[in-house]
Amino acid sequence: MTDAPAYVRETRVNHRGVVDCDIHPMPATPTEMAQFLPKRWAAHLAAYGARVSQPFVGVVPYPRMTAGNGSRLDAFPPTGGLPGSDLDFMRQQLLDPLGIEYGILQPLSVGSHTFDQGLGAAICAASNDWQLEKWVRPEPRLRASLCVTQEDPAAAVAEIERHAGNPAFVHVALPPRATEPLGRRRYWPIYCAAAELGLPIALHSAAYGPGANSGSGWMSYYIEEHYAFAHSLQSVVTSMVMEGVFEEFPTLKVICVEGGFAWVPALGWRLDKAWHRMRDELPHVKRPPSEYMRQHFWYTTQPMEEPEHPRHLLDVIAWIGADRLMFSTDYPHWDFDDPRQAFKVRLSDELDQAIFRDNAKALYGLN
Amino acid sequence: MNLPYAGAIDCDIHPALPGTASLLPYLDEYWRDTVTMVMKGVARLELNSYPPNAPLTSRPDWRPTEGKAGTDLGLLRTHALDRFGLRYAICNCLYGAMAVYNPDLGAVLCRAMNDWMAKEWLDREPRLRASIVISLMDPEAAAEEIERLAPDHRFVQVLVLAMGEMPLGRRAYWPIYRAAEKHRLPIGVHAGSMMRHAPTQSGYPSYLAEDYVHQAQAFATQTISFLAEGVFAKFPELRVVLIESGVSWLPGLMWRVSKDWRGVRTEVPWLKKIPADIIRDHFRLTIQPLDAPPNPDDVSRLLDQIGSDDILLFATDYPHWQFDGDDVLPAGLPNASLRKILIDNPLATYPRLKEGHT
Repeated sequence: MTDAPAYVRETRVNHRGVVDCDIHPMPATPTEMAQFLPKRWAAHLAAYGARVSQPFVGVVPYPRMTAGNGSRLDAFPPTGGLPGSDLDFMRQQLLDPLGIEYGILQPLSVGSHTFDQGLGAAICAASNDWQLEKWVRPEPRLRASLCVTQEDPAAAVAEIERHAGNPAFVHVALPPRATEPLGRRRYWPIYCAAAELGLPIALHSAAYGPGANSGSGWMSYYIEEHYAFAHSLQSVVTSMVMEGVFEEFPTLKVICVEGGFAWVPALGWRLDKAWHRMRDELPHVKRPPSEYMRQHFWYTTQPMEEPEHPRHLLDVIAWIGADRLMFSTDYPHWDFDDPRQAFKVRLSDELDQAIFRDNAKALYGLN
Repeated sequence: MNLPYAGAIDCDIHPALPGTASLLPYLDEYWRDTVTMVMKGVARLELNSYPPNAPLTSRPDWRPTEGKAGTDLGLLRTHALDRFGLRYAICNCLYGAMAVYNPDLGAVLCRAMNDWMAKEWLDREPRLRASIVISLMDPEAAAEEIERLAPDHRFVQVLVLAMGEMPLGRRAYWPIYRAAEKHRLPIGVHAGSMMRHAPTQSGYPSYLAEDYVHQAQAFATQTISFLAEGVFAKFPELRVVLIESGVSWLPGLMWRVSKDWRGVRTEVPWLKKIPADIIRDHFRLTIQPLDAPPNPDDVSRLLDQIGSDDILLFATDYPHWQFDGDDVLPAGLPNASLRKILIDNPLATYPRLKEGHT
């Protein structure tokens, strides 16, 4: 018994703009990014690589179970190179046909993960310059992520200040997997700098991290790892709320990217109960955690959860608050959400406009 | 008390071991000497997941005037067995024996705990049943312990902690599941950590409240591990009970894993059915805590999302502090499901409860 027929948004998509909050640009060649690095770091990268906490050089720890090695097969540009590496092809395949009014680039900079923090800072800076040069200047629909290396907060703040006032950057990007839970005070200088500039913090699911991907160690399969991406985001929400980050930075806004969103209500209910039970441990947390979530967090929609009965998604949206969700495609990855088909349930016009366009425009101050 | 049916079956109570000294009568001479003379550090092995004096660990009005909460059978009778008119209550004794690094010590302390449980609790109170506690450090020894106790049908389950050295689906643990399935004993996965890994992917959080919130993640991890590793393809009769895990995280997991399965199932070809169906067949969850929506009307929506009221099991979680007064049933559970949750589902989950006391 399922709710039929499947809902297709197709008829609306071309006359209403969509803001896509998760597009992955890639360099066409390994040397493309090196052009933006100081010579010293380019040489280091060529000799030693970007060493991160996983067994293999230059590939993700769990093989993506897809013929495109994690990307849509049809997203390989006809000009060669990796999916997401050709702006013209991105225009043809994503921006033009799907009515993307704005697209937020999420470059997944390895600079946030390298053991060598000097290298990491240099890679983040290069990634930022590369986004401006290759993507945002030639294509006015695109916006950039300000990548920083969170384990060296001073370097992160310097990089944020280097781009202060540049409207091309719409948020500061951190990985949800760090050496400490991201609410801890060592990261607060980054939040301070972002809050002062009015930039949200965006946390995109990450394939690397210094710690095991579960409280019981490393999982075996990609189907497990893929689920655990959502866990890393749940931990960020938990840590930032329970450490009192939003009491210290009351204007700070945080976006959870590529973790789905069906987990949000249950996390809030559980946090509230734990806070209520252990308030004497948390005197700095003044209000129920779900209130901070409601005020400070946004969630991008992909990978869209698909309930057995599509109408259940409306329960979840109501529980979270429809103003908190922002549509994303995850182009060009294999689990891309097409705006025409991502929602299996019909949204009201009001919800549709909020989730596909207006929430992101309001958060990012676009137009 | 506000239970609509007499004879409810409480699937999670916590009699507590006062300390390792209580196990001395159940140890052989070598281990008695070792524990008392050269391993003095194991005299008290309280789990960091439940600091003895933390509010989580015992309701204030359930604490005895002296000693640890959960150590007094008389109080257990007054507070839970009599108070809620229980027919059976399943004892899940949590102690550091389940988390020690030394596999020999872990096995021998768990074995002694089980003998202590039989003598000090089950022999004295016919309404009690118990889980077999095991150390995961030596799965073959754990399987032997299950075999040793299987003839005593007052043991109805095998108990492990939610966070350990490896995800629970791993094949190294399969001797345990083979023995459990053979004797129709569910695997009970209880909140708690052996602290081999941080509960988050970014290290240890500062507060116990955060740690406890993360137990729900641990259950999600284990649910997917059991599925992905093919445990139920190998042991089709095995059931897993997620104890003190919350419930409201489950629908989102079912949706996400089922969708991922459609995309990447070539990786796990032994998963022949959509994961949501396998979960409903093989997993059960206790209802304290439920981590319910604040509006009781939304609880039935939650059950609708899960798609089954067969999977919920009544529990008080005594003496852990989940509720106040007699509000043992989370508000909003549909009346039509209560008999199943209180009685029928536990009987179906623990077939040994259907037998008379032996």
